[in-house]
Amino acid sequence: MTNDENKEGIGGMANPRRYGIERVAYLLMRLSGLGLLAYFVAHIYETSNILRGQVGWNEFLELTQTTGGHIFLAIVIGMCVFHTVNGVRVMLGHGGVGVGKPARPDYPYDPASQNYRHKIGIYSAIVLAAVAMMYGLAVMFGE
Amino acid sequence: MALVSHIAEEQVSTPVSSSKSITLKIFRYNPEHDDSSKFMEFTVPYEKWTTVLEAILEVKKHFDHSVAVRYSCRQATCGSCGMMINGKPRLACFTKISELDSNVVTVEPMNNFPIIRDLAVKFERLFDTHQKIKPYLIRDDTELETDEREFLQTPEEVEQYIQFANCIKCGLCNSACPTMATDSSFVGPQALAQAYRYVADSRDKGKDSRLKIIDESHGIWRCHFAGSCSQVCPKGVDPAMGIQLLRGYLLGFRS
Ligand code: HEM
Ligand code: SF4
Ligand code: FES
Repeated sequence: MTNDENKEGIGGMANPRRYGIERVAYLLMRLSGLGLLAYFVAHIYETSNILRGQVGWNEFLELTQTTGGHIFLAIVIGMCVFHTVNGVRVMLGHGGVGVGKPARPDYPYDPASQNYRHKIGIYSAIVLAAVAMMYGLAVMFGE
Repeated sequence: MALVSHIAEEQVSTPVSSSKSITLKIFRYNPEHDDSSKFMEFTVPYEKWTTVLEAILEVKKHFDHSVAVRYSCRQATCGSCGMMINGKPRLACFTKISELDSNVVTVEPMNNFPIIRDLAVKFERLFDTHQKIKPYLIRDDTELETDEREFLQTPEEVEQYIQFANCIKCGLCNSACPTMATDSSFVGPQALAQAYRYVADSRDKGKDSRLKIIDESHGIWRCHFAGSCSQVCPKGVDPAMGIQLLRGYLLGFRS
């Protein structure tokens, strides 16, 4: 037994397979939020290389010119776009916008809050993130 | 006579015992005696209409009476029989084996609830959080004092909360919730949906005190609108909607 409370734990929390695209969006939002936070910290560190003068700065910048650097930056672009677009959707939802109106439910009880407006929001966030990543990769590798 | 034999023939051609069967895997664990949990497998016949609860009761009747399972109404009304069925929280009495589309049906105790034994879990915390949000009408007068003897509501006013009054306290929503999976103190979708149920009731005057109860660090703000609660609710309560509408009040989008 994992614990007395039988809590599902992080594995259950992060499992995106059981509860539709909304749970996938939940996971991606968390991962991209934490990813952006990590990037933000790393970014401060990276730009502080300017203190080492032009040589140090250029040295570090070269990291981003490698294949690995390009892929890393493409992932950052993807996280940024997904997190922002989905973030707007989540903020609207948190404010009660587009979550449906209370009504006497009927079998099979499709929940009104899990509606097409929010699904479109999630899919748009994913598609826009993919397009931005591809554009970024095209620019970076096209140099 | 011809008619009678026709009926007799038809009865013969209708199989009495089903030819279809599934493997039912039942989670077994007694926290008082066992070091670890295990699964026991049973082959159970089923018909198109056989529910998972009926299959479990079949096992209890013919193979092993010691399987612990809680149930009462068998019709999705008492909220007793929630369990993980093939990995998702569902009511055993409201889930047909045929709809699961699988030759193996695995039943486990609901996640995020302490195990009493096998499939039976403790509901104390759910009842505590439910009680915490004051699940009753709050107002100074009583129906007996007014001349009408009852507080009248228009059908539109009823429509505002009746969906949330469908809750049978089965706990499936709390079991599906990703926040509940890691946070033992979270008030949970069940209680939050009930907070909305009373806040949205035109007869209730306890909105401010209820909003205060849920506006705490392990309260409503731990909801990330993943919506899993609403997807598993067997009564169409849609806790995720209620929670976001409730948060609308706290954020000042609604009054
Ligand atoms: C304009 C851009 C952004 C918007 C609209 C936005 C929106 C949001 C929203 C609504 C949430 C809460 C999601 C939830 O309730 O599950 C969130 C979470 C978060 N955001 Fe952002 N955000 C933005 C930019 C950023 C940036 C630049 C960073 C990093 C420096 C960041 C880091 C985080 C983190 C760490 C979380 C918490 C993730 C979690 O634990 O679930 N966000 N964001
Ligand atoms: S809201 Fe639905 S899933 Fe949650 S306890 Fe009530 S009836 Fe069960
Ligand atoms: S036995 Fe009552 S809800 Fe299933």
